[in-house]
Amino acid sequence: MCGIVGLFLKDPKLEPKLGEMLTEMLVTMTDRGPDSAGIAIYSGARDGLGKITIQSPQPEVDFDGLDGALHEALGQPVTMLVKSTHAVLELPEDQIAAARSALASLRPSIKVMSVGDSIEIFKEVGLPKDVAARFDVSKMHGTHGIGHTRMATESAVTTMGAHPFSTGSDQCLVHNGSLSNHNGLRRELIRLGKTFETQNDTEVAAAYVSQKLEEGQSLGEALTSGLDDLDGFYTFVVGTKNGFGVVRDPIACKPAVMAETDQYVAFGSEYRALVNLPGIEDARVWEPEPATVYFWER
Amino acid sequence: MQSFDLGKEGLRALNSALHALKGQTNMTKWEVVNPKGAHAIAAGVDAEVDITVRGSTGYYCAGMNKLATIRVKGSAGPGVAENMMSGTVIIDGNASQYAGATGRGGLLVIKGDASSRCGVSMKGINIVVHGSIGHMSAFMGQSGNLVVLGDAGEALGDSLYEARLFVRGKVKSLGADCIEKEMRDEHYQILEDLLRRGEADAKAKPEEFRRYGSARQLYNFNIDNASAY
Repeated sequence: MCGIVGLFLKDPKLEPKLGEMLTEMLVTMTDRGPDSAGIAIYSGARDGLGKITIQSPQPEVDFDGLDGALHEALGQPVTMLVKSTHAVLELPEDQIAAARSALASLRPSIKVMSVGDSIEIFKEVGLPKDVAARFDVSKMHGTHGIGHTRMATESAVTTMGAHPFSTGSDQCLVHNGSLSNHNGLRRELIRLGKTFETQNDTEVAAAYVSQKLEEGQSLGEALTSGLDDLDGFYTFVVGTKNGFGVVRDPIACKPAVMAETDQYVAFGSEYRALVNLPGIEDARVWEPEPATVYFWER
Repeated sequence: MQSFDLGKEGLRALNSALHALKGQTNMTKWEVVNPKGAHAIAAGVDAEVDITVRGSTGYYCAGMNKLATIRVKGSAGPGVAENMMSGTVIIDGNASQYAGATGRGGLLVIKGDASSRCGVSMKGINIVVHGSIGHMSAFMGQSGNLVVLGDAGEALGDSLYEARLFVRGKVKSLGADCIEKEMRDEHYQILEDLLRRGEADAKAKPEEFRRYGSARQLYNFNIDNASAY
């Protein structure tokens, strides 16, 4: 069992409240996943700049002077905003690849959580309310976001085993369920050049979607291909720079409820997660159909 | 009327109060406000009382119900009226997965749609759905009646024993060993009664339904297959 929440805002007036709304939804889903929690927030892009969210088990050592060291290595301005065990680096878009290789040699224990123009990912082991508090998620703003509460089944309870998983620029995926063919698929994806941080089944699904997108499929097409290639139980919610998608396996025993108003599209593993959203009383509330891809894009 | 604010008083207090009702009671009318999708609301009631829930509920609302009439003024989450024994449960909105699963008696009415596995392993319950139902509904149903005014999803009545399935709209596909059967007088009578009690008699007439049931090929031992074991 796991809990998923997601919000895709249509009304820009709600953007300053995205973090606050998502935090409340996430904490409501604690019963479904008390092991660890995570959130992906799309907070927009500044012209020409990209973001890398990094994580360290020893942040006081690894983050100390890191912006200066990167500046020196790249010869370009780098800003760093530290949030507990995570930090968001902002730097010129064309320096992202160089920054990643510089990071690997400057601070080998650092893990990259996400890379992109807009995405930031924060995830840790612990109760959702504690995870949300340590990263101050309720103060975050953005256009859309996805949260996950994990009750581990397929791999260890670790920071890297928490969701969301990001395996491509501005992409992320969260999962409720379990995949049965992830080992075989992981081997195929490694042959195609993908790298993996964990033994987790969800990371394989995320990498699968990234691979399909790289091959030129749209997100909708990638999720449709997944219906044939991913075996197991799943409700997936995926995020891209401008979009938000949902798909359930053909048996659809993992729960999913959606609500849509003029202001937002919301996803919850249970209706409980949606009850305090503005205007929920008059929202269109429905369950996504099995083996059907839903996608919203701005 | 006993009014109960779930947001203030909590689920355990509600269900304890309802479970304390036995046999004759003066407290026959109950109202639950602020349900906010909570789980197990009014589960395990065993008294002839009338309960109205003002809002949508989470998992297992009215589960194991005996004697009570429970009305949800909203939608219901997974497993509504699961293993109901008797009484009536009415959902004004939609119901999620496995509504009325394993139900042994009573009447479950869903005014909207029900999703997958509606009436799975039903054992005597009557279910009336005003809208449509999802895939694998009435899987391994053993007895009782499932009445659907709309359409049915894939694999209706898979591995069915003896439950009767009445569908007014389209059936996407029938499950293993489920076949269409003729409508006889007794079936029109069952439908007339259930449509009336299910508050659906103004919406549909018995002659608009088709009946589906078990072909009885799957659950009887067939001597011709002996060599296969």
